[in-house]
Amino acid sequence: MGTITLNQVTKSFGDVQVIPPLDLSIEDGEFVVFVGPSGCGKSTLLRLIAGLEDVTSGEIVIDGRPATEVPPARRGLAMVFQSYALYPHMSVRKNIAFPLRMAKMDKAEQDRRVDHAARILNLTDYLDRRPGQLSGGQRQRVAIGRAIVREPQAFLFDEPLSNLDAALRVGMRMEISELHAQLATTMVYVTHDQVEAMTMADKIVVLRAGHIEQVGTPLDLYHQPRNVFVAGFIGSPTMNLIEGPEAAKHDAHTIGIRPEHVAVTDDGPWQGTVGVAEHLGSDTFVHVHGTGLAETLTVRVPGDIAVRHGDAVRLTPDLACLHRFGDDGLRL
Amino acid sequence: MSRAITPRRKAVNTALAWALGLLIFFPILWTVLTSFKTEATAIADPPVWFFFDWTTENYSVVQERSGYFRFFWNSVIISVGSTLLGLLIAIPAAWSMAFVPGKRTKDILMWMLSTKMLPAVGVLVPIYLIFRDTGLLDNVWGLVIVLTLINLPIIVWMLYTYFREIPGEILEAARMDGAGLRAEIVHVLTPMAVPGIASTMLLNIILAWNEAFWTLNLTAAKSAPLTAFIASYSSPEGLFYAKLSAASTMAIAPILIMGWFSQKQLVRGLTFGAVK
Repeated sequence: MGTITLNQVTKSFGDVQVIPPLDLSIEDGEFVVFVGPSGCGKSTLLRLIAGLEDVTSGEIVIDGRPATEVPPARRGLAMVFQSYALYPHMSVRKNIAFPLRMAKMDKAEQDRRVDHAARILNLTDYLDRRPGQLSGGQRQRVAIGRAIVREPQAFLFDEPLSNLDAALRVGMRMEISELHAQLATTMVYVTHDQVEAMTMADKIVVLRAGHIEQVGTPLDLYHQPRNVFVAGFIGSPTMNLIEGPEAAKHDAHTIGIRPEHVAVTDDGPWQGTVGVAEHLGSDTFVHVHGTGLAETLTVRVPGDIAVRHGDAVRLTPDLACLHRFGDDGLRL
Repeated sequence: MSRAITPRRKAVNTALAWALGLLIFFPILWTVLTSFKTEATAIADPPVWFFFDWTTENYSVVQERSGYFRFFWNSVIISVGSTLLGLLIAIPAAWSMAFVPGKRTKDILMWMLSTKMLPAVGVLVPIYLIFRDTGLLDNVWGLVIVLTLINLPIIVWMLYTYFREIPGEILEAARMDGAGLRAEIVHVLTPMAVPGIASTMLLNIILAWNEAFWTLNLTAAKSAPLTAFIASYSSPEGLFYAKLSAASTMAIAPILIMGWFSQKQLVRGLTFGAVK
């Protein structure tokens, strides 16, 4: 079974500690996403689990067995890299079969599994090509195929979609989610894109400077951010954070209100001038200046509301959806 | 900044390139031409270019007197042998320096290169004495060893540069796929490094084939390669330019032909890292 547990794991490069003592447990079959700004240590954490980096101290347990000293090849994990890391001199078939060949599986079983994976991933027509002859999306599928054939304890994904263009990224995102539903295998996924995290994860781990800021389901994080950092990081467009007298009115150092929880009304308590209105069709994101609350307030309104640059608007926040934070940044 | 290439500029550049090419190629051309002349025409003043009585007599004389193939096979054994032995040592060395560099990797590389800065003649006497005492004088295997050592820094450097170009993530992928160190080297690293290894091998065979200092000083009759074959036409009975040229042509022909067929690989090898 694919449970992964980290006990007091730390990692230092020279004198620089990139992962301070950290505990985390990942349940079997879970889709866990590590998310955070670049340099937050999320990739390092994934590489520690993979065994590609040695932990400085602490313990990693995979499937109930201590794995801290086990080389990557024997941890029973499969990894998909950002650069795909396909073997350029091998055909697609050989690329996908490589882990099976390393496991000395018999040829007939290898072929059966490769064909099966190719069918799932729509690669059947490309099995005899070299990676160089494939598009980015196809290469990514080959990398995933190479990971699934060996039926690992868990999959590790290191920003697998960041080299793809936007449209392809959305498609592959859904394919990976669907794959997870089919295989029900543990997946650990690293991304800096909070939309990927929200849409794919069972459980999100928000990291900053090697610290875990919050662990929870996407909706937990959306509704109950533990601190200002998580509040600002999760959600798109980002939450409006307001300090000063307006926050004091609510007995808080900082208050947060999401763009979807502010309405444009005729008699709202807040007023300002429209800077930019981004019309997406279904929604319009209105960026309002001059409210005296924050530099810009972002408001999400239905797509058919006509507002333009320079319009004066009044805003009404939905006080039931207000988030309050103390001066230590923590949720009140 | 865009530079317009006018037809005139193009013509000038082409002419310059040809002139430079001819200048570099001229000694070889002249040697080949001279080898088909009689001894008298060879030293004619002013020199005769193309219009003389072409003769292959020099070649038959040289072959009769010296026996080309004995030297040829020695050259093959020495150049190929030293290259293979060098690769055997250099591949693991370059691999470890490229993929698991330590604090002193750069220093080690520089130190290896620095051995090439020492004039060879500086160590001639000690090496000669060692060879004499160990019975390696005039022995092809002795030369294989010496040329391996002489060219090892270049082989390691070239391979190191090549290996550095292989993305580390691919090797990590192999590790994740269950490949142990041996499988990683055999199935992933080596196939990806083969073009680099091939270029290194070709260049080193050429260097070893043409190496004259050690091959002349450490051999006598038995294990002399083609460099000694050429040299034997230069001294005792005075200079016989036509025969010397014939011997030279015979000596360089195999390597020239090999270089011609592998030029694509060679050029790639020599410019590796500069262009991608």
